[in-house]
Amino acid sequence: MRQLRHVLVIFAAALVAQACTKKNEGNAPAVDEIRIGQFGSMTGGEATFGQSTDKGVRLAIDTKNAAGGIKGKKIKLITEDNQGKPEEAAAVVKKLISQDKVIAILGEVASTRSLAAAPIAQQFKIPMITPSSTNPKVTQVGDYVFRVCFIDPFQGPVMARFAHDNLKLKKVAVLKDLKSDYSLGLSDFFQKKFKELGGEIVSEQTFQTGDSDFKAQLTRIRSTNPEAIFIPAYYTEVGLIARQARELGLKAILLGGDGWDSPKLFEIGQKAVEGSYFSNHYASESPNKATQDFIKNFKAKFNEGPDGLSAAGYDAAMILLNAMERAPELTPAAIRDELAKTKDFDGATGKITINGERNADKDAFIVKVDGKTLKFITLLGP
Amino acid sequence: MEEFLQHIINGLNLGAGYALIALGYTMVYGILQMINFAHSEVYMIGAFSAFYGSRFFNLTEHPGWGSFFAALALAIVACSSLGLLIERFAYRPLRNSPKTNALITAIGVSLFLQFSGQVVFGADPKLFPSVLEDYALWTYGNVQLRLFDVTILSVACVAMLLLNFFIQRTRVGTAMRAVSFSFRSATLMGINVNTIIMVTFIVGSALAGVGSVLLGLKYSKIDPLMGTLIGLKAFVAAVLGGIGNLPGAVVGGLLMGLSEEMVVAYLSSTYRDALAFGLLIFILLVKPSGLFGQSKVEKV
Repeated sequence: MRQLRHVLVIFAAALVAQACTKKNEGNAPAVDEIRIGQFGSMTGGEATFGQSTDKGVRLAIDTKNAAGGIKGKKIKLITEDNQGKPEEAAAVVKKLISQDKVIAILGEVASTRSLAAAPIAQQFKIPMITPSSTNPKVTQVGDYVFRVCFIDPFQGPVMARFAHDNLKLKKVAVLKDLKSDYSLGLSDFFQKKFKELGGEIVSEQTFQTGDSDFKAQLTRIRSTNPEAIFIPAYYTEVGLIARQARELGLKAILLGGDGWDSPKLFEIGQKAVEGSYFSNHYASESPNKATQDFIKNFKAKFNEGPDGLSAAGYDAAMILLNAMERAPELTPAAIRDELAKTKDFDGATGKITINGERNADKDAFIVKVDGKTLKFITLLGP
Repeated sequence: MEEFLQHIINGLNLGAGYALIALGYTMVYGILQMINFAHSEVYMIGAFSAFYGSRFFNLTEHPGWGSFFAALALAIVACSSLGLLIERFAYRPLRNSPKTNALITAIGVSLFLQFSGQVVFGADPKLFPSVLEDYALWTYGNVQLRLFDVTILSVACVAMLLLNFFIQRTRVGTAMRAVSFSFRSATLMGINVNTIIMVTFIVGSALAGVGSVLLGLKYSKIDPLMGTLIGLKAFVAAVLGGIGNLPGAVVGGLLMGLSEEMVVAYLSSTYRDALAFGLLIFILLVKPSGLFGQSKVEKV
């Protein structure tokens, strides 16, 4: 009986506490600021993805605020860390919408986490823009989800064409990550196109995010003597795979996608990633004026050069701010409608037009790992 | 055939790492009949102390045997001290309370260390310092035996032989065996049980430190949650060999490493972790005492 009374007291206390927080929430959103939410992997295995994107986003928003904000209101960015976990991504996006009352959301880099958050944004009808999730399923979630980058059905075939036409490769092995939507999609689109072009996939091996031993798979791949290995994965695993491949005496060229883009790739992969190629959203050597301006402003603010994900983050934020500027009123629905109308936006990653499927039509940059820099090789269209 | 030989080399390396960690589980179980779940975090701290230590002493600037043994010593000292602290402050106060209390405390200590690690070291993975340069020692066709492979196997062997000598031939080792045989009789014979338990934790943790440096060199990536899965697999290895049995832990570890490598190579990487837990269930069903364990009759 006594225990029951304790439980009841705790229960009552919880109710009171909840009532109090509700009250605070009502007072929270100030009238004179526009709240934008951002979720990303600020920590965890893909931490540089979140941090790089955040820098690009902050550059865009700070520039806008310095120029007077939007419709006389300052923009406030609320950033949440999802630790690189899909379930956290869903939780923090829920928090951004229901507690912080944001009117638009930016994020994520990894498709798996964008896919976890997108249904929530769609459900509450809050526009969400992903800077660099390339899996096609992300924007298929609903009409409130946009992206400012190309998709894997484009990126995969581009890399296949590059391998076949430019590098003249015939035998390629694939090593993909079973836990990542990005990796599985990209691998399928690459293989389909490469076989169509007359090439041969000699081996297909799998691993899982977080693994650190890839020797068994690489030993299997070695026995098929491929000229190149296509690794659609993120930089931490790519670096480790590259090292272990070289340790096993594999001399094949390594190929990959935009998930490789991180300063950590050189740190983890060191000499092993030298001479590899991957497709990216951006190359710092691009002659485009918007790109060069972005690089100049980024260096002035952060004292370092931007990577592709910073550029994509910057573009996502700029497109959102422009849509807000054009929208007749600052409601999520009006912003969504203006986002869908984005045409020929001159961004750091090139000209961006949002198409009917809420994806961006863009070219892909092929870059080569050269020491600790990425060398621009070629630009490939659809 | 060449491919198979390479898988054996890879598997033995991984297995040697598991064996070193499994020994720590089995030693503590042998004496206290308690599973020290914090052992996997001791392993993690070993890797991180080698990481920060080699930064502090600039060990990566002169890679070689000197730096390697310095990193090894750093990890051993850090792990032993941590093991000692955990025993003194978390487990000893619970010595006379029910076994479940100690077990739950062990899980608590493990979680505490994991998340403190994320706060202190940061959650992003770090690269283990290359304190030793790796090169191929021997090549046969496509098969390569590299310096790291030989180092891991020989250092692990030496560590295990030393442990065997310590347990079988020294006074403290004999006392340890006595305590593991019967707690009460050992006390009556004038053995200081607390000291012996402390020594057990120090030695077991030191082996985890050796394992952390060897596997760190081989697989390069370290992060605050790295201990969880490897600790669980080492624990399964200990159960496989018969928990409480030292040679059993070594054989169990090697078997785990080899079979994991083969599963990934010839089946799919999906089953990598499923294998360990599948094995655990299988052993518990078929031979709960493990390969070398003796089933004891408990008198009520």
